[in-house]
Amino acid sequence: MPEAPAGHRRVDITPAAAALVESLRAQHGPVVFHQSGGCCDGSSPMCFPVGDLLMGPRDVVLGEVAGAQFVMTSAQYRLWEHTHLTVDVVPGRGAGFSLEAPEGVRFLIRSRLLTDEEAASAAPVAAG
Amino acid sequence: MAHPRPTLGSGPSDYRDRYDNYIGGKWVPPVDGRYFDDIAPLTGQPFTQVARSTAADVDLALEAAHGAFPAWARTSAAQRALVLNRIADRIEENLEALAVAECWENGKPVRECLAADLPLVVDHFRYFASAIRAQEGSAGVLDNDTVAYHFHEPLGVVGQIIPWNFPILMATWKLAPALAAGNCVVLKPAEQTPWSILKVLELVGDLIPDGVLNVVNGFGAEAGKPLASSDRVAKVAFTGETTTGRLIMQYASQNLIPVTLELGGKSPNVFMPDVMAADDAFLDKALEGFAMFALNQGEVCTCPSRALVHESIYDAFMERATARVEAIVSGDPLDPATMIGAQASNDQLEKILSYLEIGRAEGATVRTGGGRRTVASDDGAYDGGYYVEPTVFEGHNSMRVFQEEIFGPVVSVTRFSDLDDALRIANDTLYGLGAGVWTRDVNDAYRLGRGIQAGRVWMNNYHAYPAGAAFGGYKQSGIGRENHKMMLDHYQQTKNMLVSYSPDKLGFF
Repeated sequence: MPEAPAGHRRVDITPAAAALVESLRAQHGPVVFHQSGGCCDGSSPMCFPVGDLLMGPRDVVLGEVAGAQFVMTSAQYRLWEHTHLTVDVVPGRGAGFSLEAPEGVRFLIRSRLLTDEEAASAAPVAAG
Repeated sequence: MAHPRPTLGSGPSDYRDRYDNYIGGKWVPPVDGRYFDDIAPLTGQPFTQVARSTAADVDLALEAAHGAFPAWARTSAAQRALVLNRIADRIEENLEALAVAECWENGKPVRECLAADLPLVVDHFRYFASAIRAQEGSAGVLDNDTVAYHFHEPLGVVGQIIPWNFPILMATWKLAPALAAGNCVVLKPAEQTPWSILKVLELVGDLIPDGVLNVVNGFGAEAGKPLASSDRVAKVAFTGETTTGRLIMQYASQNLIPVTLELGGKSPNVFMPDVMAADDAFLDKALEGFAMFALNQGEVCTCPSRALVHESIYDAFMERATARVEAIVSGDPLDPATMIGAQASNDQLEKILSYLEIGRAEGATVRTGGGRRTVASDDGAYDGGYYVEPTVFEGHNSMRVFQEEIFGPVVSVTRFSDLDDALRIANDTLYGLGAGVWTRDVNDAYRLGRGIQAGRVWMNNYHAYPAGAAFGGYKQSGIGRENHKMMLDHYQQTKNMLVSYSPDKLGFF
């Protein structure tokens, strides 16, 4: 996948979530986030070892957080593009194949609207 | 009166301190000896531990299933139907105990377990017991001397990954047709609800030949992945979210096996102007249909989480609908009078709260609810539970609360101008699992029902899940169907035996 684009950031990460990414990387090697949708744990970001989920031409990279690319499908991105995302972590028990579940925690997305200034200059997304 | 809370003990709804996997008809400790806490959403406290399995445990289960398959596949349909009917009877005899256990583990109100989840479980087993008895192959006479016989044969050993929102019913949706068709199963429950199905197995294990049904608990990354990617499963069935669904399909592509995926939705519930033509039983039913977004705390793939109300009735309808939502009875989920329980996990609660925030930030108006809810109890046990107020947002369909599955008791309401507008909004979503249509006009009903791109359109009802009605998704909501006898096809191979009864050569060579 190409480098995450420069400009105003579309996605950030809390220190606690960044520390968790570091810990997962130490256990599993490089990781990537893919924003899920739909049932159950949908609407949560999934964290996988890089290369596990095959990225395709309809995935877009929103940016990089704690050294991990943050990816979602372009169809979903069209519905999310006016918002800024922050990857956070909370105690929990996520289903799905996300790597952090055995740690008793779950990555979670917190969202806010992009400000007008950010919206005008936010980094473009890159194709996956 | 509330049912007593399950406790450490040997009562029918009680729990032991830890649970192993169920493999080959026995309780087998996880190879690595590790367990994880099962948390009760009503209290937020752990109550038991279950096996934290890895690939080695999945292999044991697959071994047991493959060992059992040749004999199970050869049993008569009558014999398999008998097993399914006995399972149904046993569950029915213990319905209340299982309802309390499921309430305790999942957080749903026992009212719902008693009235919906478990009676449906019983009926699904009976339905597929009947369906497999009545299923026939075929003999097609292609010409005077050539006959095409078609036989149904089981796929083999199948992997099933179960969601946490209906721990017993969703397992049953997958198990009943698979077992009826003669397959053996390795089933992985959700890590939020690993225990309920084990309570079922404690009751019915002796009815099923060893190795036919195996349950391996653990986390998706550690136990689900080895199951879904195994080259020893003939099919994988999964209910969950889209990214993991995609991953499972990717693994299946590497093994060239089929999958069924049920991946959720953002289901529209359409209220045409004539619902308010009279203040009668039908309007009352439609108002209940609106409030159905709160069923199971909104943790339903088909939650009617978008309501589309015609502009000419909007104000009057929403006044009545909001009052109906505000009348939903909160309280101890173990009390059969309580209508709404706890969200299944803390992360689920946090996710819902984050959506309540972004909904407000996008300019949606909170008509009622909008925050955490508390449930009082004499001993304060429910203070740490995961409770959310039934919430009604008003806004427009491009807001994220209209486009993403929140999986909480949250409905986002918007208005439409005419039938075409309703169809446009209803279909403006990535998903297509469920939909509701409320009207007294059969022509409108038909046009909306056919026009909405969803696998299930409830017409003047909602959240009914009879075994005889096919369920599944259009668009990104998944692949394949569940329920209905057509489900047997999803767990069967077609064997064609093409027979020539002519003694004469073709004459080619």
